[in-house]
Amino acid sequence: MSTRTPERPGRPDRPDGAAPSPRSDRHPVAWLLLVPLVVTLIPPFYNRVHPTLFHIPFFYWYQLAAIVLSVVITLVVYRALRRTSGH
Amino acid sequence: MFDHVHGVELAVFTVLFLVVSGLGFVAARWRKAADLAHLDEWGLGGRDFGPWITWFLLGGDLYTAYTFVAVPALVFGAGAIGFFAVPYTIVVYPIVFMVLIRLWSVSHVHGFVTPADFVRARHGSSTLALLVALTGIVATMPYIALQLVGIEAVLKAMGVTGHLPIIVAFAILAAYTYSSGLRAPALIAFVKDALIYLVIIVAVIVIPYKLGGWDAIFGAAERKFAASPNPGDGVVLGGPAQLQYATLALGSALALFLYPHSVTAVLASRDRNVIKRNMAALPAYSFILGLLALLGYMAVKAGVTPLTNSAGKADSNTIVPLLFDQMFPSWFAGVAFAAIGIGALVPAAIMSIAAANLWTRNIYVEYINKDATPAQEARSSKLASLVVKLGALVAILALDPQFSIDLQLLGGVIVLQTLPAVALGLYTRWLHRWALIAGWAAGMLVGFWTTFQIQQKLFNPDGTITIVKAHFGGSAFPLSKLGFDTTATVYAGFLALLANLVVAVLATLILRAIKAPQGEDRTRADDYLADRDDPRVSDLSPAAAAAR
Repeated sequence: MSTRTPERPGRPDRPDGAAPSPRSDRHPVAWLLLVPLVVTLIPPFYNRVHPTLFHIPFFYWYQLAAIVLSVVITLVVYRALRRTSGH
Repeated sequence: MFDHVHGVELAVFTVLFLVVSGLGFVAARWRKAADLAHLDEWGLGGRDFGPWITWFLLGGDLYTAYTFVAVPALVFGAGAIGFFAVPYTIVVYPIVFMVLIRLWSVSHVHGFVTPADFVRARHGSSTLALLVALTGIVATMPYIALQLVGIEAVLKAMGVTGHLPIIVAFAILAAYTYSSGLRAPALIAFVKDALIYLVIIVAVIVIPYKLGGWDAIFGAAERKFAASPNPGDGVVLGGPAQLQYATLALGSALALFLYPHSVTAVLASRDRNVIKRNMAALPAYSFILGLLALLGYMAVKAGVTPLTNSAGKADSNTIVPLLFDQMFPSWFAGVAFAAIGIGALVPAAIMSIAAANLWTRNIYVEYINKDATPAQEARSSKLASLVVKLGALVAILALDPQFSIDLQLLGGVIVLQTLPAVALGLYTRWLHRWALIAGWAAGMLVGFWTTFQIQQKLFNPDGTITIVKAHFGGSAFPLSKLGFDTTATVYAGFLALLANLVVAVLATLILRAIKAPQGEDRTRADDYLADRDDPRVSDLSPAAAAAR
């Protein structure tokens, strides 16, 4: 067991001899997932009425737009991680 | 019981409700289950749901009927703060993307069915696992009860009163959940979501048009809040409410994916990519929820007056059904009501299955019948799902529904206290098992105390304040109670989680210093990354699990 490095998963030196898995959850692109958190969890960014869009106050259309942004970012991260995991 | 009933609406509602109930029973034969007498089959639908089914199932699970009724009601009453549901359901997906796929992997390698199964294996503590299981059950029960509130709001708007219709609806739900397990809500979710999307899209096009456009709608809302003596309402957040808004969104998001029913739906998916793709696709529901929240302002403009409940108080949960009743031709209002009513069935079924699985895996097998066969496990869960639903029904009919609403509020706060053991546990074992128990206890105490302290105030036009409810009056805890010189409020669950983490870290430092025994960890680092093609994962047939 001592040869195993617990925080470096997927290394081929597994003691039980099972197939090595070349996967990792860690990828620099994954940090992008913090963007939706930052843009939505700091209300001073968007807590105002103007500019309105189709007469809808900024507060509301900004947050609806943030949904679209978070979808795009999640897709980017998904594709990046899929490539690194060898699919 | 049937005074002033809206006949066409009720007929459409009843037909759709019956069609869906039929689907629930047919679901037992859907996707060819070899043998439902196994928890992986009954409780997790065979653990083989692909991206589409998972999308509908999770969507139907997370965006409940109660959400669809209560969020616009909050916007109707208080304005911008009710829109927290949007950042809440944005933030949850990146978190799930990174965290819950690790839970999926480790659960598929080891055959875990519940989050408490994982805690047991990871931290080597059956006490901690029991606490996590009990927390999950206690937090889920009132949530099931609230789904009934959603159905009740719709029935009221159609002029149907009395307990019998709800009892019948829940009896049907209980029967097909018993016979079909997780396959029933998965199949029904298709119909539910199709109806919800149809209704909301029609609503946000037709209703603003009829009311004179968004300009008129927001104008009416601004006038309402300007005239209201409550300093906390408005179409944008008041200064002190911003911290509450952010912490409520983040705290609710963290709580949402710790709820047993979310974990159940995630574990039922086929592989890691199904989950990841869904994290990009599920925000479609958030968009619908955001539009739906704006129905609250449409109700302001339309001059909707909430119906009163049995206690004589205005029940703001009735505003969306009343708005539909006022704006739509009666046949389409019937479709809209069916969408909400059926919307209650899907999460209620999944929640009762999740609570039943916790009971079976972490109490029944752990303490009552250690050598239970898979068939006995499935049987125990099926019976428990009936008991859980009966409990929810009694809670709504025999007690003041307000009791369930308070409990659900508290439920989000307490389920958040399992975060260190479950979510942090997926990354690290640094926190000691006994420290996790201490942190959990601290979080529970703080969560209960802060929520208990929160008063619901009514601001009178003459400038005086009436205390409507002395305790459990919401989730916004005033920081001034802790001695801070501010009017800012913070989500009570957030404070409780902070207390939990501080105690867990301090206790870990002490326990490590005195070299208290660590529990055994049955998981391995690469279990957390295993996917469907991993040889250990494909072993997860019921037979292999039974041999385990």
